[in-house]
Amino acid sequence: MKTLLSSLRQLRRYPSALGGVVLIFFFVVLSLYAVITVPYSEAVRIWSDHGERLATPRLARPVWFDWFTSERLPRTIVAGLADEEATLTEEPLEDGMKRVEAVIPIEYHYDGFPSELRMTMGWSFEPDVPRPLVSVYWRKPDGELILITEDVRTRGAQTVYIETLEELNARLEMRPRFGLFAVDRTVPREEREAMQGTYELIVQGEMREGHSLDDVSLTVYGRVHGAAGTDHRRRDLLLPILWGAPIGLTFGILAAIGAQMSTFVLAGIGTWFGGKLERAFLWITQVNIILPMLPILIMISHLYSPRIWTILGLVIALNIFSGSMFGYRAMFLQLKESPYFESAQAYGAGNFRIIFRYLLPRIAPTLLPQFVMIVPTFVFLEATLSVLGLGDPYLPTWGKMINDGYNQGALQMGHYYWIVQPAILLMGLGFGFALVGYALDRIFNPRLREL
Amino acid sequence: MKGALSRLGKYTGMRLVFLLLSVVVAVYLTVIIANMGGELDRIVEAQIRHEVNLQYALDPELQRLPPDQRQAMIDETIELELRKRGMDRPFFPQRSLDFLGEALSLQLGRARLITSDTHSFQVSAIILERLPATLILFGTAEILLFFFTLLMALFLSRRYGSVLDKLFISLAPTSAAPGWFYGIFLIMIFAAALRVLPWGGMAPSGVQMGFNWEFVSQLLRHMILPVTAILLSAVFAGVYSSRTFFLIYSMEDHVELAKAKGLSSRGIERKYILRPTLPPIITGFLMLLISMWMGQIVLETVFNWPGLGQVFYQAIVMNETAVIVGVIVVFGYLLCATVFILDFLYAILDPRVRVGIGGGR
Repeated sequence: MKTLLSSLRQLRRYPSALGGVVLIFFFVVLSLYAVITVPYSEAVRIWSDHGERLATPRLARPVWFDWFTSERLPRTIVAGLADEEATLTEEPLEDGMKRVEAVIPIEYHYDGFPSELRMTMGWSFEPDVPRPLVSVYWRKPDGELILITEDVRTRGAQTVYIETLEELNARLEMRPRFGLFAVDRTVPREEREAMQGTYELIVQGEMREGHSLDDVSLTVYGRVHGAAGTDHRRRDLLLPILWGAPIGLTFGILAAIGAQMSTFVLAGIGTWFGGKLERAFLWITQVNIILPMLPILIMISHLYSPRIWTILGLVIALNIFSGSMFGYRAMFLQLKESPYFESAQAYGAGNFRIIFRYLLPRIAPTLLPQFVMIVPTFVFLEATLSVLGLGDPYLPTWGKMINDGYNQGALQMGHYYWIVQPAILLMGLGFGFALVGYALDRIFNPRLREL
Repeated sequence: MKGALSRLGKYTGMRLVFLLLSVVVAVYLTVIIANMGGELDRIVEAQIRHEVNLQYALDPELQRLPPDQRQAMIDETIELELRKRGMDRPFFPQRSLDFLGEALSLQLGRARLITSDTHSFQVSAIILERLPATLILFGTAEILLFFFTLLMALFLSRRYGSVLDKLFISLAPTSAAPGWFYGIFLIMIFAAALRVLPWGGMAPSGVQMGFNWEFVSQLLRHMILPVTAILLSAVFAGVYSSRTFFLIYSMEDHVELAKAKGLSSRGIERKYILRPTLPPIITGFLMLLISMWMGQIVLETVFNWPGLGQVFYQAIVMNETAVIVGVIVVFGYLLCATVFILDFLYAILDPRVRVGIGGGR
């Protein structure tokens, strides 16, 4: 134990190892943060919720995106009757009718156009009489008034996706998200600019006394959202970014421990007893290292269960007789010859006592570099399965994010943030362990240190 | 000399037995997993029962028969259908062993849904069509990797401590990421952002496959990114470990002695450094090769490369048992062949095997 600690202390002499330790520490902190702020069940629920997430824009970039451009990209704005500046006026007409007008101001001070516009209205009216007759207008900061819809009988609670209004599209001769915001609608598309200032959404209704307009709200979806952006299903990508860390770390470390420890212990047992047992172990290993591990994992994941614990168990099982068996055997063979073990046998120690108390612990420290170096392999294995669409369907992971982005054409459409963020994190986690592993390798193999 | 030959024969013979044994185990595992441990048979059987019953229920003439006679006819038809598919025998052990035997003797059967480009359902046709694509991509990458790693490692060990040497050492941890990972980055940079290289595939759809200039040039252009991805994922760690081996061995006493005797540095390199270090380097390369062959499923999917890995993935998603087993068998034999060739090289290079002292492994 003392030697192990003193060896670890030597890590300080390797700047690359320090970098690796810092990286690993960062991911541990990230994991803790993820687990504390969003509990597991909550993360799974949010991630697999198929309902509309109406508050977030679709395919929005991360907010930090406009640190790199001179522009300020549009955020999502929600405006409604409840706002302080919004007004609701009523004006009586003849025959027991009235006209209601709601004016909702929207402050828009961004460069570029919003990604989508959605309006909701709530009306109350009695059944069996003519329903309120509704018109919606849009006033730009320069005073221009644009008609959105005219004289429509409302259906009560109503959601209007302004982008899909065919008549408005035709009137503006372009998509409403451009047409309603453009400074000059006549210039070609590349030169279009959004007008900044206070816009107004005006909703007018003619209805009987006793009917009412209860609610109006407009969501102007932006182009950036949150620290990590959103995906095609409006999910905030911060969730997989955060939760990818604990999942990747846990999977990598558990698989590495399981795979390395089992091989190590079996190599010790095999070498100590020798003979047929040892030969059998070596045969199994020779067969096992050529088995197509990834195809087997893919088949099991697709045909049986894609849950991460199944995959973890399988990875460990397939790695029990891994190639490191040969290396450990060589070390144990050398050690077995030392008189130390003869004396242990002489005073009557049992075989397993010798193996577990004397043989294994002597070599255990040399396990460390290999163990640390193999962690990234398993982290990437989990990502590999996810990238094929065979990851755990309930878990928000980095591999899943890359898979979604890749399948949704993020590369073709320029949504690089979707793939680059998880890729960099994966790389960082892998790199952290690899850096420490290489340094440990030098510490534990003195022959390497001389170089 | 004779003893050495028999020793070599014995060694390679043993290796061959092990390699074939692993192919058998791999294929048998695949047969069991792809048939879901016989579960698939029960699904097919239920399907047959349903179809036969439906057929009898819809036929007005058969409906007039007395019920027990009809039931007997239904049972007989089902029995016949099951026997036609060989499903009258239990999955364990007979049917699974039959599958194993057929697979190993390369009678791969027919696919249900996947076809080859020539619209054949024969699994062998599907695989043969895909095989060249895989071989050319991974063959090129592996050969490049092997020679580049070896030469670069030798070069670096000669001038160790130089800037280039330090660069390679510090880049070694990047090999923790698999090939597809770099593939995505390469596609993003060279296909999406710069638009100088193709996104994937082997050649544009209009180009006639075959040995003509246009196809070959297109093929080379399409191979740049996937080959680079494979190289990036393996080359730095490979160079690092080979170089370290070379350095350790070049500090041995007998090398110092050879230097003192005034042998040429090339001669020392060849006789005293390369000779003893090649076997472990080849072993390392072998392990890398095995993992690379398997990693190609993802790489081919990412690069839309029409090879075996891609068809294997399709087959799994579409539950095409025959194709799954077929690909694994071909994979197994290919891997077996490569490993065997390298093993043979190893045996020739390893003096313990060649001369017959020590007893090998």
